Amino acid sequence: MTRFSALSLFTKAFGGHQNWPEQWPDAAPKPAYDAIIVGGGGHGLGAAYYLAKKYGITNVAVLEKGWIGGGNTGRNTTIIRSNYLYDESAHLYDHAVKLWDGLSQELNYNIMYSKRGVMMLAHNVHDVQSLQRHINANRLNGVDNEWLTPEQAKAYCPPLNISPDARHPVLGAALQRRGGTARHDSVAWGYARAAAALGVDIIQNCAVTGIRRGANGAIEGVETTRGYIASKRVGVSAAGNTSVIMHMAGLDFPLESYPLQALVSEPIKPTFPCVVMSNTVHAYMSQSDKGELVIGAGTDQYVSYSQRGALHIVEHTLAAICEIFPIYRRMRMLRTWGGIVDVTPDRSPILGKTPVKGLYVNCGWGTGGFKATPGAGDLLAYTMAKDEPHKINAPFNLDRFRNGRLIDEAAAAAVAH
Amino acid sequence: MILIHCPYCDEKRPEIEFANAGQAHIARPFDPSGQSDADWEAYLFIRANPRGRHHERWRHVHGCGRFFNAVRDTVTDKFETTYKAGEPRR
Repeated sequence: MTRFSALSLFTKAFGGHQNWPEQWPDAAPKPAYDAIIVGGGGHGLGAAYYLAKKYGITNVAVLEKGWIGGGNTGRNTTIIRSNYLYDESAHLYDHAVKLWDGLSQELNYNIMYSKRGVMMLAHNVHDVQSLQRHINANRLNGVDNEWLTPEQAKAYCPPLNISPDARHPVLGAALQRRGGTARHDSVAWGYARAAAALGVDIIQNCAVTGIRRGANGAIEGVETTRGYIASKRVGVSAAGNTSVIMHMAGLDFPLESYPLQALVSEPIKPTFPCVVMSNTVHAYMSQSDKGELVIGAGTDQYVSYSQRGALHIVEHTLAAICEIFPIYRRMRMLRTWGGIVDVTPDRSPILGKTPVKGLYVNCGWGTGGFKATPGAGDLLAYTMAKDEPHKINAPFNLDRFRNGRLIDEAAAAAVAH
Repeated sequence: MILIHCPYCDEKRPEIEFANAGQAHIARPFDPSGQSDADWEAYLFIRANPRGRHHERWRHVHGCGRFFNAVRDTVTDKFETTYKAGEPRR
């Protein structure tokens, strides 16, 4: 692996950037590994990296049915924040935000983490009360979040329409300044490159087709489209397809998979300095470094694995965007796409052990998994290495749906979050 | 937008007239106090979430207002059939 530095960029420039080596090898599966990660998105690649880096388990394979980062990692709107209501969630998501800091240096790969601030708009009295409650709860947990008046919100994000007779009047906003965006593809590539350098095999075009369990019920390995691979430790980080993989192990999960859409506009000059979210009218937006407005839409109402959503979902979001940011009314949208998100009944993830010995799971991140990428990877690695959850992810166990200790962010946000 | 056949109106109408009401054929237990925690977990939270043939409930909320059941493929989103509530699982 060539280490990236100002000097290496400078010298390669003289060769017209023609002689860069591949960043990691295209590995073929070996017969057995100490640990297998199913799913080559940011979460799975992150788990493989931390297994090798922090816990010394380097004989690891990441199995990806398509290409790495081609699922939800490459389909999200790249928003990072940790302003969640409940203590368990605040600790979980803030663990990730702390890891985002310095991740570029750690991986020697520019993931373009930009702390441009995430601003959540209040359009009615309920929003004001709910956001202010979030702010207070966040600050008690050491998570930065502050209240802005409409004028302060407008100063922070000039395209915002704060006219009192607007269709969606802005009564105020909550701002998390440490929130922001990162380049999603770079996150997958950076983790893959760093993990491969530590000995991890990144295996693409390798779909898991079965899970083999021994006479005592414990995991023995996985059947794949590229043959059987043995391992006593398997971590599943397969987002929308988690239910499908878990059925192979004989487990039913409290998950439903929905298409979630996003879209980008034609690229324009920098006009939009932060991330703005409006949960009430379901619109969220930022501007990429390429200049495209990146817009997140909602989920379809039905279970689907189609990776595409209905047009009326996009229309609904764009109607709100045009009202809140009238300067963009004449913009044209270039691309829309969908990703399949796995949603739990309480809208909090499941990250920990399963009833099957040796089988671990990281799923249920719903519409907001990207922000948690480093944290989820780190905690899945910890759980697999120690065979017990870290205290941060211990509350996010599967048992909560039986004993009733839900972490009900669904009720807290009342909308997608 | 998908078109959905309402078995009561006997018409194919656009999806925005309908509300999806989750997985079909989940029966509420007759004897709530006799259920174990695991039974409640299965009833309240565990869902089939299949990749392929899926039984689900829809409500023609901006039409006749009635609930009915449907079989749909979750990969293609194509409806195989819809049938009235109370009819046997297809």
